[in-house]
Amino acid sequence: MPKPPVNNKRKLDGSSLLRVVKMLFKFYPVLMPIVVACMVLSSLVSAIPALFQQRIIAAITKFTESSEYIAGNYSAAWSMAKGEIIKYIVILGSLYLVSILLITLYTQLMAYITQGFLSKLRIMMFGGMQNLPIRYFDTNKHGDIMSYYTNDIDTLRQLVSQSLPNLIQSSIIVISVFSIMIYYSVIMTALIIFGVFFMFYVSKKLGGGSAKYFIRQQSSIAKTEGFAQEMMNGQKVIKVFCREEEVKKDFDKVNNELFEDSFRAHAYANSLGPIIFNIGNILYVLAALLGGLLIITKAPSISLSGMVFNISILVPFLNMTKQFTGNTNQVSQQFNSIIMALAGSKRIFDLIDQEPEEDKGTVTLVNAIIDKNGNITESEKRTGKWAWKDPKEDGTVTFTELKGDVRMVDVDFSYTPQKQVLYGVSVYANPGEKVAFVGATGAGKTTITNLINRFYDIADGKIRYDGININKIKKADLRRSLGIVLQDTNLFTGTVMDNIRYGNLEATDEECIEAAKLAGAHGFISHLPDGYNTELTNNGANFSQGQRQLLAIARAAVASPPVMILDEATSSIDTRTEAIIQRGMDRLMEGRTVFVIAHRLSTVKNSDVIMVLDHGRIIERGSHKELIEKKGTYYKLYTGAFELE
Amino acid sequence: MLKRFLKCVREYKRPTIVTLVLIMLEVVIDVIIPFIVARLVNDIRAGIKMAEILKTGGVLFVMAIASLLCGGIAGFSSAKAAAGFAKNVRHDVFSKINSFSFGNIDKFSTSSLTTRLTTDITNVQMSYMMLIRIAVRAPLMLIFSIVMAYIMGGSLAGTFVVVIPVLVFGLLMVAKYAMPAFRSVFKKYDKLNESVEENVRGMRVVKGFAREEFEKKKFNKAADDIRADFTKAERIVALNAPIMQFCIYFNMIFVMTAGSYIIIGHKSGINVGELSSMLTYGMQILINLMMLSMIYVMLTMSAESMKRIVEVLNEEPTIKDPENPVTFVADGSVVFKNVNFKYERKAKEYALRNINIDIPSGATVGILGGTGSGKTALVSLIPRLYDTDSGEVLVGGVNVKDYLKYDLRNAVACVLQKNLLFSGTIKDNLRWGNENATDSEIKEACKLACCDEFIDTFKDGYDTKIEQGGTNVSGGQKQRLCIARALLKKPKILILDDSTSAVDTKTDAEIRAGLKKYLPNTTKIVIAQRVSSISDSDMIIILDGGEVSGIGTHSELLATNEIYKEMYIQQTNGGEENA
Repeated sequence: MPKPPVNNKRKLDGSSLLRVVKMLFKFYPVLMPIVVACMVLSSLVSAIPALFQQRIIAAITKFTESSEYIAGNYSAAWSMAKGEIIKYIVILGSLYLVSILLITLYTQLMAYITQGFLSKLRIMMFGGMQNLPIRYFDTNKHGDIMSYYTNDIDTLRQLVSQSLPNLIQSSIIVISVFSIMIYYSVIMTALIIFGVFFMFYVSKKLGGGSAKYFIRQQSSIAKTEGFAQEMMNGQKVIKVFCREEEVKKDFDKVNNELFEDSFRAHAYANSLGPIIFNIGNILYVLAALLGGLLIITKAPSISLSGMVFNISILVPFLNMTKQFTGNTNQVSQQFNSIIMALAGSKRIFDLIDQEPEEDKGTVTLVNAIIDKNGNITESEKRTGKWAWKDPKEDGTVTFTELKGDVRMVDVDFSYTPQKQVLYGVSVYANPGEKVAFVGATGAGKTTITNLINRFYDIADGKIRYDGININKIKKADLRRSLGIVLQDTNLFTGTVMDNIRYGNLEATDEECIEAAKLAGAHGFISHLPDGYNTELTNNGANFSQGQRQLLAIARAAVASPPVMILDEATSSIDTRTEAIIQRGMDRLMEGRTVFVIAHRLSTVKNSDVIMVLDHGRIIERGSHKELIEKKGTYYKLYTGAFELE
Repeated sequence: MLKRFLKCVREYKRPTIVTLVLIMLEVVIDVIIPFIVARLVNDIRAGIKMAEILKTGGVLFVMAIASLLCGGIAGFSSAKAAAGFAKNVRHDVFSKINSFSFGNIDKFSTSSLTTRLTTDITNVQMSYMMLIRIAVRAPLMLIFSIVMAYIMGGSLAGTFVVVIPVLVFGLLMVAKYAMPAFRSVFKKYDKLNESVEENVRGMRVVKGFAREEFEKKKFNKAADDIRADFTKAERIVALNAPIMQFCIYFNMIFVMTAGSYIIIGHKSGINVGELSSMLTYGMQILINLMMLSMIYVMLTMSAESMKRIVEVLNEEPTIKDPENPVTFVADGSVVFKNVNFKYERKAKEYALRNINIDIPSGATVGILGGTGSGKTALVSLIPRLYDTDSGEVLVGGVNVKDYLKYDLRNAVACVLQKNLLFSGTIKDNLRWGNENATDSEIKEACKLACCDEFIDTFKDGYDTKIEQGGTNVSGGQKQRLCIARALLKKPKILILDDSTSAVDTKTDAEIRAGLKKYLPNTTKIVIAQRVSSISDSDMIIILDGGEVSGIGTHSELLATNEIYKEMYIQQTNGGEENA
């Protein structure tokens, strides 16, 4: 079982945060500065009203001390005060109006920018992912890759839409308040700074703890999900062995772990707010005491203004303390989401920064017209004939007809340096021949096909396709010339027709139906409620594995590639159905070079040549008849004396 | 619905109550703190008297500590209560799922059940936490602040007559438009992620057909579409900030204007200090209204999660034990009487039609047929994994519906087509068959299933770890282990559903011979692809399209049944003719 990621050395590496900010400015070079400007302005504007409030209150005090007021002539006092107070109110009102406009503007812009940024990021991730080599997908868990698109993107959403704006605003306020404070008194400021550092320390502890457990909670949820899924998939086994109670006990164990992590994560997060808030209150008391002390002892005041500390400074100073700690509290509330976003963005950038698949090929695949003399010219339309177009360095172009002659000579290969998989494998497939690979799981059958379409590159030896080094052929073109049908069929959301057309986007409906007939899929498709327009969901879960394989064969058939690779393509189709579709398969393979990998020997029996693989070496080769006569490994397999896999 | 959830609180009632009490205490303290602060300021204003400041400051200090403790502990206890509540809900849901028949599971689908078990319950957990923290705090603060505002401000409190309705209306409108927008966009978002998953899984196909650019275009379009919808939804929510600010500002201006008019023009009881408190209370009222609207949104959003969870909790298992169950399976005879069956009620075609079969106890029975002919469906009815639509299945002379499921299934051992081993050692896996099996019993079963030979070659023997999904043993080995596991149950009926397909013919024959010799009283039902695996059975059943096409021995069927003949020729003679 995977251990929860206990990473004690989790450093707060700000570089990915910086990169997010840089990207925001790169994507929105005009809007972002506007947003920041609006934020700065609105923060400043919201600070100014406090001054006018002071003035209004001062005015009120002034007029309540006026002679008219004391004399009891209130209306006279009011008419005197009216002018001044209304002036302030009007200024205040217009400032508020400006502030509301600015807030509306930047929150709207921020909503737009956040989603735009996420969308662009998603597109970058997906585009980058499409260019990654198969090795990446073979070595990374699919669930992990998926969580980049779900959980990690969500942490960034939180970061960009809430934490960053909050951080910017709070820092503006903190900086301005700080400068005012230092203007008045350095000693008092020192106390506040000390307090704020203490608050930060506490929020780092609590927020950091919370983030740690949130990350753990995430993996606990994944574990619970995995357990539930395994058990639901194994429901039949559980039922036939009456293991319901034991399974429940196991689930409770996983469930309890999730509880512990979830409890801790939220406990830290919940207690952070009240703790920081009240530290603020305590700081307020300390500031009042210190201020009082300074005034009473008439301590020499150190300040930028050179003012002596007095009561008229202490009161606004205490107010500023409140503002200061309030903002610190706001920032600390963002702490845990910032840490989560740091981890999330790092993983996302790791994906984006992966080295893409290398492709130095220059030879391309083109539709060809071949005249009687064998001269080849390029055609815009599908002609049924193909040629390799090789632009030479001197500017001339040569064409080679695509015949489907594939040769591997002395090929060595290993997925990881420690473990060699293929040893000196040589395979010659003449145009139109059917070549079969037989051998135990791990013998290297699929590996050979992985090398032909360059999902992986060989370590030693050479592979020639119609005499051309396959490294010189553009990968996309090489792969277009090879039709593959794999054991695990992957279908895509869309209709049955869309899925067949995946093989050839230009195919007409008729061509797709024709291909389905060839693959023997037409029968069950026409029985579907919506026929070819039936929607596939969830990787075609509504079809049986056998039916999915038939669809995959139809998909390859409509592509009509010159060379085909069938990797256990009919393994889930029972022998009877296989016999029925055999004729279609024969027609599909006619005139093409075909590589077949199959478990079931009846599938490979009529191949032109059969290669028996054992631990990465070809140990026998020949036709079915030759190999039977040889009475070697193949013979033993065929007579059932050996078990495969 | 709520009642069902309250039942899940159970042992977490205490932290829940602790939270509620502490939060109330905290509210009381938080309401008093501004008073003390005002006094402190007044003390300072009145001229510095250190003793006074120390006294008031000391009170404030103690209050802050008390509030800190209340808030901090409430944070912990609320987290515990909510996480514990979620744990209990999860336990209940999982137990319920465990009691489901396949019919029940199919109705919901595995992936939707998983979502209910994780995401939905997490939503409910968050709501519970919100409920016991903020849903207590916000209304209390709100009521208190309004009361205080009236006491202090008198007619000035009139501002709230304007501000509160404006804010409530504004927030409700935002919630009203934002929620459906978010709901639809989240659905699309899930679809987008599904298509990413498809790509991750099917990357070989994408690259094999050189469809990278095609997929990118498809994705970009979908991503753009979602961005537009998401932006719309987020922009509605972004209106909250200006609405809130408007109310705060309005409150300020009103209080300032009206306040100064009242103070100067009318000499009422209000003074400047009270004017500032009016502003503070105004803020508090507005913030708490905002909180309430957040709770409202959160609860409506999670109401759907709650509905989905309750659906599972209230679902009745379709296969239930009878009231007066038979607990003893007499022998291994199996009778199918006019059985019709389909997997789903809605399905158009029956998976099995008009099945009549009589299998005597101790017989060896072979079942043959193409994909979809109903072989697996037929044997699934014996341990009552499904119920028939009509007709009955008798085991040991008793209708399977009259047995306690536990006893019936203990008497019937199934080796399923989709073999599954679980993570753990070989011994752990075998003990699924019998928790108390002795080592010698285990060895015996393994010998019969021909897996002793390869287990002995493993370094750790029976303690060898099986990885999840059993990936570190070969297909043939896995099948043999599954047979041994079933044998340990010492069943009256043993069903092998295509469970020797990856085993070589010699071993296959050896296993069959062993079963025949050592388990003479056990009824053995074998589904196979290879004719050779079942040709020596006492009885062979040929299924075709859900119906029995023929029953008989090898020689009888060879003479009378076309399908059998065809398969036999194709698998034996056919090969040699071609060669």
